Amino acid sequence: MMRGCSSSRTKLTQNQDRTVCMTNCPTLIVTVGLPARGKTYISKKLTRYLNWIDVPTREFNVGQYRREFVKIYKSFEFFRPDNEEGLSIRRQCASAALNDVRQYLTEEGGQVAVFDATNTTRERRETIIQFAEQNGFKVFFVESVCEDPDVIQENIVQVKLESPDYTNCNTEEAVKDFMMRIQCYENSYETLDEVLDRDLSYIKIMDVGQRFLVNRVLDHIQSRIVYYLMNIHITPRSIYLCRHGESELNVKGRIGGDSGLTPRGKEFAKKLTQFIQKQDISDLKVWTSQMKRTIQTAEALGVPYEQWKVLNEIDAGVCEEMMYEEIQESYSLEFALRDQDKYRYRYPKGESYEDLVQRLEPVIMELERQENVLVICHQAVMRCLLAYFLDKTAVELPYLKCPLHTVLKLTPVAYGCKVESICLNVEAVNTHRERPENVDVSRMSEEALLTVPAHQ
Amino acid sequence: MALTADGSEQKELTQTPLLKIWVPWMGCNLNRRRGSSVPQFCNSPTMIVMVGLPARGKTYISKKLTRYLNWIGVPTKMFNVGQYRREAVKIYKNFEFFKQDNEEAMNIRKACAAAALKDVTAYFTKEQGQVAVFDATNTTCERRAIILNFAKEKGYKVFFVESICEDPEIIAENIKQVKFGSPDYVDRDIEEAMEDFVQRIECYRASYTSIDDDKDRKLSYIKIFDVGSRYLVNQVQDHIQSRIVYYLMNIHVTPRSIYLTRHGESELNLLGRIGGDSGLSPRGQKYANALATFIKSQNIKDLKVWTSHMKRTIQTAEALGVQYEQWKALNEIDAGVCEELTYEEIQRDFPSEFALRDQDKYRYRYPKGESYEDMVHRLEPVIMELERQENVLVICHQAIMRCLLAYFLDKPGDELPYLRCPLHTTLKLTPVAYGCKVEPFFLNIEAVNTHRERPVNVSVNRNQDEALQTVPDHI
Repeated sequence: MMRGCSSSRTKLTQNQDRTVCMTNCPTLIVTVGLPARGKTYISKKLTRYLNWIDVPTREFNVGQYRREFVKIYKSFEFFRPDNEEGLSIRRQCASAALNDVRQYLTEEGGQVAVFDATNTTRERRETIIQFAEQNGFKVFFVESVCEDPDVIQENIVQVKLESPDYTNCNTEEAVKDFMMRIQCYENSYETLDEVLDRDLSYIKIMDVGQRFLVNRVLDHIQSRIVYYLMNIHITPRSIYLCRHGESELNVKGRIGGDSGLTPRGKEFAKKLTQFIQKQDISDLKVWTSQMKRTIQTAEALGVPYEQWKVLNEIDAGVCEEMMYEEIQESYSLEFALRDQDKYRYRYPKGESYEDLVQRLEPVIMELERQENVLVICHQAVMRCLLAYFLDKTAVELPYLKCPLHTVLKLTPVAYGCKVESICLNVEAVNTHRERPENVDVSRMSEEALLTVPAHQ
Repeated sequence: MALTADGSEQKELTQTPLLKIWVPWMGCNLNRRRGSSVPQFCNSPTMIVMVGLPARGKTYISKKLTRYLNWIGVPTKMFNVGQYRREAVKIYKNFEFFKQDNEEAMNIRKACAAAALKDVTAYFTKEQGQVAVFDATNTTCERRAIILNFAKEKGYKVFFVESICEDPEIIAENIKQVKFGSPDYVDRDIEEAMEDFVQRIECYRASYTSIDDDKDRKLSYIKIFDVGSRYLVNQVQDHIQSRIVYYLMNIHVTPRSIYLTRHGESELNLLGRIGGDSGLSPRGQKYANALATFIKSQNIKDLKVWTSHMKRTIQTAEALGVQYEQWKALNEIDAGVCEELTYEEIQRDFPSEFALRDQDKYRYRYPKGESYEDMVHRLEPVIMELERQENVLVICHQAIMRCLLAYFLDKPGDELPYLRCPLHTTLKLTPVAYGCKVEPFFLNIEAVNTHRERPVNVSVNRNQDEALQTVPDHI
């Protein structure tokens, strides 16, 4: 992925305006498909992924606009093709959403907008294409086609029953109404056609990823979107994230390095083994970094594991193996700059969280492909991975709490991720340093070191 | 000492000297221990089977894919059935060989396919191959069924790549680019050759059945339509197939050139020091200006310029006066504890590391640093984007340029770290036929030599002179 593109070709200044040049003009992703085909699932997931790789993206769900307009949802009759009033409201909602899209992409620095609606008629899509042309946006359609009744049923159960539309219905009523709703769209549904729509850019996803039709991918971002969509799946599974056991440098309050486990760290490795065995996970893959402490932790499990160099902890450059107190003493300016913008701050001769996210992208892609995985990694790395799954912003990411000796079990559910935090009850030092109040470069030592956790 | 799950004592980990991989004990088989140091892309060997009429780009795709997979570390080999046929039938007469009713020829062709499949097995079982690209027309259901049965018996995965194209211009261009140069047409003139080849295509057309989206829905395949304008992807089974699909969807055949150069000579270059983040020397600055002049003279349409995040490449790009993009992935190899040392100092302070590096320069990882192998992995997104782009100038570093060059020129791991990438020389790479034309442009600005050849003695017991024998001159 491209980084630090200098859009003005002037100086080598520190605070150069670093816009990501993946797209020249903004992109409008338009979902297409009958209700309960996973459009919103895909929209939200794609939005989360693009934001994580630093492409400002927002989704615009037309159903939301409809719910705000028509306060109370009565029944499927609203969606009948002969319901003039309903049609008029729906058209207005689509327009309102497109208006917000325009504002997001032209005034708010957005690069990608995901327009999440059924968009099942060619006429509606033509309107959107014209809108995009007028505003200089590229359009990429994502159509989800599925006729498997089991999949549709499961979709309805997972996300429709919880919808605000059905808060006052029982399950049977809700399902019945929703099936009628789908029928309202079926007669006028014009799928993207290989011939009629051959000049459009799109991906057609068939049967939840069994088959894809990809047409006219125009640029890098569309290529990345296609790759991502082709790697995600909805098979139930869990991802376990944890750090290595407590290390020798941890207890000394030193960052980085490549030390081994303390006795308590080894105890954690044992407890982790027992925990994993009890979870009785089918076909668990285990991944570690190439640093001693994660490998030692994995060795205790006694199962095959894969080492990924890209899972190595953030490189603290000149600050490797230093205590925060020493960093404050020798590099007080750097220390303050880091507190000012912990996500983008790069250690001298080292890395930033932003760099980490970039090198972790293949891990995320492979995690999407896989099923049950245990990732034994490091504090900064775990924060980046967690931020992806829980949709945390760049501001929050570097301060996510990832304590030693705690396993996070992530299970995809509905549109998001369920998190269970399991502390394995082995004491460990705290390595979490909160952002201190004073981040000014002229601050005093005490103010800088206010939030440093205790250590030997 | 802690106990592991199976009750054995947990030994202290040690780090392998060359790769710097932590292992439970020295001498354990790196391939059979629990921790593998590269993500396992394929568990069972995979056959990629090409499908399509002649002149649809099958061999072009096969060669390119093979080159890419080998570069990213997946041992891959191509098996072109046409080659087997040329060895069996020494002299090619004309298209009649390919007629449907030519029984004798049919038998020869079947035998050739079978021989190729046999070699595929040998590649997988005896040569540790992971992917075999079976390059032939494979245009009938019958032929594809034979291959599927063969693979099923042996436990190989199969992924079909079908190229479909009816654009007469593209087909004519293909024939021009690669068929006229073929051994089959060495004694013909262009018109004759074209006529014969067109007839050859017709021989296949009558019996051509495309992969059937309905009947073959359980097969794993990608159909490429009109050189990438559209794709149909079905049942991608695993990681390697997913990567292959991504790669195939990013390559194109639009003519273009890729310019590779290093930054101008740097201050540390002059001092014979490796790594670091120094600025350009006066001569380096001259080179940057000469590069600007050269690039203008090349009159390149829509040139993209890429640099690393290091001062010396950025300074070089600045002289061009155009927009450029910085990629951290293009940063020079991280020499870890050896950063900013001279070779003499490395020999003095880390003599065994220095020797290990000479023993296996591709896989050797600097302590707290990287290896060439690591660099290839981090450069993969750069290569992918280079494939997507058209005209690009990449201003990078010696080790980086070697990795990129190895990709374009299909150089293996043992040659890669010794490819010559001198300062102040731009390489212009232009895809042609099945490979890449290389034109070097030395811009006439003197610079130090930074290329250190592999010395004769690579043993850890060698003496200082033997180690420093090939170090280039510096201040």
